[in-house]
Amino acid sequence: MTSTEHAPPTTSPAGNPIGFGRMLRKEDARFLRGQGHYLDDLVLPGMLHAAILRSPVAHARITSIDTTEAEAHPKVKAVITGATLESLNLAWMPTLSADVQAVLATDKVRFQGQEVAMVIAEDKYSARDALELIDVDYDVLPAVVDAHKALDPDAPVIRDDVEGRTDNHIFDWESGDAARTDEVFDKADVVVEQKMLYPRVHPAPMETCGSIASMDRVTGKLTVWSTTQAPHAHRTVYALVAGIPEHNIQIISPDIGGGFGNKVGIYPGYVLAVVGSIVTGKPVKWVEDRSENLMSTSFARDYHMHGGIAATRDGKILGLRVDVLADHGAFNGTAQPTKFPAGFFHIFTGSYDLEAAHCKVTGVYTNKAPGGVAYACSFRITEAVYLVERMVDVLADELGIDPAELRMKNLLRPEQFPYTSMTGWEYDSGDYPRALQLALEMAGYDELRREQREKRERGELMGIGVSFFTEGVGAGPRKHMDILGLGMADGCELRVHPTGKAQLRLSVQTQGQGHETTFAQIVSQELGLPPEDIDVIHGDTDNTPFGLGTYGSRSTPVSGAAAAVVAQRIRDKARVITAAALECSPDDLEWEQGRWFVKGDRTQGKTIQEVAMLSHGTLELPEGVEGHLDASVVYDPPNLTYPFGAYICVVDVDPGTGQVDVRRFVAVDDCGPRVNPMIVEGQVHGGLADGVGMALMQLIAFDEEGNCLGSSFMDYLLPTALECPKWETGETVTPSPHHPLGLKGIGESATVGSPAAVVNAVIDALEPFGVRHADMPLTPANVWMAMQGRPMRTDLAVR
Amino acid sequence: MQITITVNGAEVTRDVEPRLLLVHFIRDHLGLTGTHWGCDTSQCGTCVLWLDGQPVKSCTVLAAMADGHEVRTVEDLEVDGRLDPVQQGFMEEHGLQCGFCTPGMMMTTRWLLDHDPDPDEATIREAISGQLCRCTGYENIVRAVRWAAEHPAVDQPEQEVEA
Amino acid sequence: MQTPAPVDYARATSVEHALQLLEQLGPESRLIAGGHSLLPMMRLRLARPECVVDINDLTDLDYIRLEADELRIGALTRHSAVLGSPVVGEHYAILHDAESRIADPPVRNRGTVGGSFCQADPAEDLSAVGSALKATVVLRSSQGERTVPAREFHAGPYETVLGDAEMLTEVRIPIRPGAGSAYDKVKRRAGDWAIAAAGAYVVLRGGEVADCGIGLTAVGAPHFCAPEAEAYLVGKPPTEEHVAEAARLAAEACNPRADQRGPAEYKRHLAGELTRRVLLRSVDRAQGRA
Ligand SMILES: Cc1cc2nc3c(=O)[nH]c(=O)nc-3n(C[C@H](O)[C@H](O)[C@H](O)COP(=O)(O)OP(=O)(O)OC[C@H]3O[C@@H](n4cnc5c(N)ncnc54)[C@H](O)[C@@H]3O)c2cc1C
Ligand code: FES
Ligand code: FES
Repeated sequence: MTSTEHAPPTTSPAGNPIGFGRMLRKEDARFLRGQGHYLDDLVLPGMLHAAILRSPVAHARITSIDTTEAEAHPKVKAVITGATLESLNLAWMPTLSADVQAVLATDKVRFQGQEVAMVIAEDKYSARDALELIDVDYDVLPAVVDAHKALDPDAPVIRDDVEGRTDNHIFDWESGDAARTDEVFDKADVVVEQKMLYPRVHPAPMETCGSIASMDRVTGKLTVWSTTQAPHAHRTVYALVAGIPEHNIQIISPDIGGGFGNKVGIYPGYVLAVVGSIVTGKPVKWVEDRSENLMSTSFARDYHMHGGIAATRDGKILGLRVDVLADHGAFNGTAQPTKFPAGFFHIFTGSYDLEAAHCKVTGVYTNKAPGGVAYACSFRITEAVYLVERMVDVLADELGIDPAELRMKNLLRPEQFPYTSMTGWEYDSGDYPRALQLALEMAGYDELRREQREKRERGELMGIGVSFFTEGVGAGPRKHMDILGLGMADGCELRVHPTGKAQLRLSVQTQGQGHETTFAQIVSQELGLPPEDIDVIHGDTDNTPFGLGTYGSRSTPVSGAAAAVVAQRIRDKARVITAAALECSPDDLEWEQGRWFVKGDRTQGKTIQEVAMLSHGTLELPEGVEGHLDASVVYDPPNLTYPFGAYICVVDVDPGTGQVDVRRFVAVDDCGPRVNPMIVEGQVHGGLADGVGMALMQLIAFDEEGNCLGSSFMDYLLPTALECPKWETGETVTPSPHHPLGLKGIGESATVGSPAAVVNAVIDALEPFGVRHADMPLTPANVWMAMQGRPMRTDLAVR
Repeated sequence: MQITITVNGAEVTRDVEPRLLLVHFIRDHLGLTGTHWGCDTSQCGTCVLWLDGQPVKSCTVLAAMADGHEVRTVEDLEVDGRLDPVQQGFMEEHGLQCGFCTPGMMMTTRWLLDHDPDPDEATIREAISGQLCRCTGYENIVRAVRWAAEHPAVDQPEQEVEA
Repeated sequence: MQTPAPVDYARATSVEHALQLLEQLGPESRLIAGGHSLLPMMRLRLARPECVVDINDLTDLDYIRLEADELRIGALTRHSAVLGSPVVGEHYAILHDAESRIADPPVRNRGTVGGSFCQADPAEDLSAVGSALKATVVLRSSQGERTVPAREFHAGPYETVLGDAEMLTEVRIPIRPGAGSAYDKVKRRAGDWAIAAAGAYVVLRGGEVADCGIGLTAVGAPHFCAPEAEAYLVGKPPTEEHVAEAARLAAEACNPRADQRGPAEYKRHLAGELTRRVLLRSVDRAQGRA
């Protein structure tokens, strides 16, 4: 039968799906053999090793630095201090939030772990030894540790480097309609308030940050191998900071051992490696140790929130408001679109249909490491989701309504999309009740509640937590979003070689998400080429088009769209070439996966591979059509995409010890169609583990003197396989109407959505004790203290 | 001082400082960079390799202490172009994302299966509990171990290595 | 990654050789067994011995055997060997309970029983087990051998009664026929050190507690034990009430300190709660119920 004969293949010769579907990852081959090339694996001829001396105290004036002894160390090549940098005009660098940050401290140190000097030596052990030979005198100053005291009139001024600064205030920012929200609150039957902290946490990828800088003194070319999620953005920043012409800078991002937002920013160590290479004329490697990673590079959250929720007695939510005190640390270095000092926090109305909402955010300086936006937060949507999902539970508690029922009652309905929120977001698509319903069914919700009632009678503590989240990801439309003035559109190039094998060049950078596979599948979907025939090239600014990198779940929404569009351009061009070859009109041709054929006659056609050869060959091409089969595109997303999901967590709490056991976790995610369901599910799993970690154990706290209490994996606890349950995942599919393939992005959904489910579950378990709220992390001590009616303040040292 | 260690079946002799950590010896002196490091306090387990047939954290052993002993690393899992079932399992079940914890996880898994060819989920989770993974949430690592348990090498037809 | 400061290395070939090396090298030299307490401190440069004396070749110190009504464990026995030993399990479930909660599997493959006792970390699990079981430790120096009760071995946090050139060679635990024992530990996460932990053994005779031992770690229990609670319980039937009172006494004698693991109040509560649990489980085990 001819139709079977010509039916497009669904699997490739290597057994992979053509287009979307479960496919094993291409990148695995090297990682499984221990043949990945992570930064610290790279060795350049003559390479030197750098180590950074860091401040032992949180706030102090530097009265003197003596480097004589260190310089005399036989293996030391150079010692760089703030004074060295000042002479080069490099002591300060711009942050991603219109502030400056010290590369090396000149006047004062402003947080424990701040960079004070750098040693460059022949090997890393010697570099570390020489740090001990540097003598620094500190005149210790009182530190601002408690964010709530940062604005006290007598608080020490941290940023006296800025002329005229007399306090620690950074910004005030608001969104929504304050007056209208007040009205709604006034008329509501019920108003509940709750203070809550989203504590300081750290993304802590297994690979720490680092870079190797190599300045070629002859050509003037600077090559930097760096653990960066955003190589192109880094190139531009280096050009701006160091004044090196941008075309003479190449940033290479090798295999990255996890990023989660930790590897977006530019850290002083990176800049110092560059300075070190300039000074010594040799390649210089700098790799953080773990305590440096936890103490100095991007933390996340630190939002002190005071929420209010207004509703009718029968559970219709009317309004939401929140006042936030945002602790930004000693320098305002949050990485987010410029116009949004609180990131996308103002999406805090979540997934609900309200009448009014208002939020106000005040940013303050404290004597802590800078950062704030990192760790799979979708630019602070984690904080927003946590707030609203906790407030809904607090309300459910007040009203005596089941939290799942209360959510179902207030979720946006499918017919409301596209939906414009009270704070100006345009949600693209969604069917929320369907997702929640599926999660409830998968969990066996009613049965769980029955079990819980029985257990309570026996004095056992079991809790069920529900959360529903909406994210806005894929930043972003150029007209609204930029970072340091760079618009957030992504370039993409596709070359199909004469034999039909292709190379796709991306601006984004994988850190484990599987770009080399997923993006090949996107092109495969659009062109019908086997995914194994498509090589994905990324992470090298000399060999890829410009774009802002991978974070905020933007790869699939933005670069994924770019890849689809560039493939579609190739497909369109193939049509013209096929028509020329078959001497027909392009309009007479029809597309099926992998080939153009003449409408009504499947035997007449050309595959993409055949077209590739023709396009590079001698076929006479129509007027205005160039040879070869290449295309490039810059994709400017028209809107964000809005993935969503419904999560249910079941916990058991030991009433005698406060230990929490996460027994089950059900996650229903809707990220539109799934390019590679295996990879998508993996992304969800990882995020759920993050949620368990943040809810129960991950924490960076500080003592009264500003000492970091989470500076090693002994104290900064990450969940192991024993704290994580078997994840139960489900999906609904609601395509994005504006993404060329309907894709929405999944990288951060679970991290954003899951902490609230875990916390809600624990608080639910503690209901017999009358507990309405306790802050993360819900360590055994904190849970037990909550049971005693005294939940702990988790941002400060335990007393 | 001079040390001689049998690494992946071959004796290697080097001059080292007594304070050199085994993980740095393996990575920096022998160039076997499949073994990683990820912390300062012996918690992460990305450095796990075998010392005398047992998984250990190589950041917490001096190279000098391994003098005269045997070390096996991830580079030794693939034999004659054939992936170990553990490697295959990690691929089949998407047991790795960034791949940074993977060598350590696989070395522990290989040891586990050598001693308990049919471990249940709880046993697997316990076995890998000294090793952190930030990407996978562990679920697919558990599945990967089960895959390897269900596909032991002896029953495997000759299989081609994917490039 | 952090790296140790320069250090010399010597490898001992026998106990005598090790002691000789320690004498020659002086007080700035340290034995290294599993290295899983010493090396982390050396990497952070909190410990800077001039020389480490490697005792890993002293495989004659790696054993678990029954001798003279005692369970004898050689200093170089790894945690994993204790955990995997059926002999240990048969006589003292407390040791398996404890070992399964110490650190994590790769660490247990290296860390040793002797190292655990000698590290004397105030949160060390085996110290509580040793105190609970009223073990004795055998110490050797060039002057000869002496035995010290576990309850007198620790002189304070990170301090023991070991002389400069003296080493621990063996831990001895009396076999108590019919004893039930148990250990329980609350931690923030798998692999974490204890927030609090307790261990106990109980011997029953004629429906009464004839003998018992209680050990506690991480809660500031002097010498890791609770003698008042033990004295109270002996001679009484092991009812819930009596056990609860013993637990209360144990908690009262503790002196926990607040840290990121929890406030003192909570740790004291745990000392009591865990003592209660391990006593009840020990009783159950003694009665063959668990
Ligand atoms: C990640 C991690 C988690 C851990 N978690 C726990 C835990 O939860 N609970 C717990 O109890 N322990 C824990 N430990 C410690 C672990 O049990 C150590 O192995 C043990 O405490 C020390 O044993 P070692 O053989 O490694 O000692 P080493 O590090 O070799 O030595 C420790 C000290 O004892 C001395 N020493 C060693 N052997 C002797 C001897 N025979 N005679 C005299 N002195 C000697 C050394 O000189 C040194 O001062 C953990 C360790 C790590 C790395
Ligand atoms: S490097 Fe983290 S445990 Fe070895
Ligand atoms: S795969 Fe990235 S840490 Fe495990």
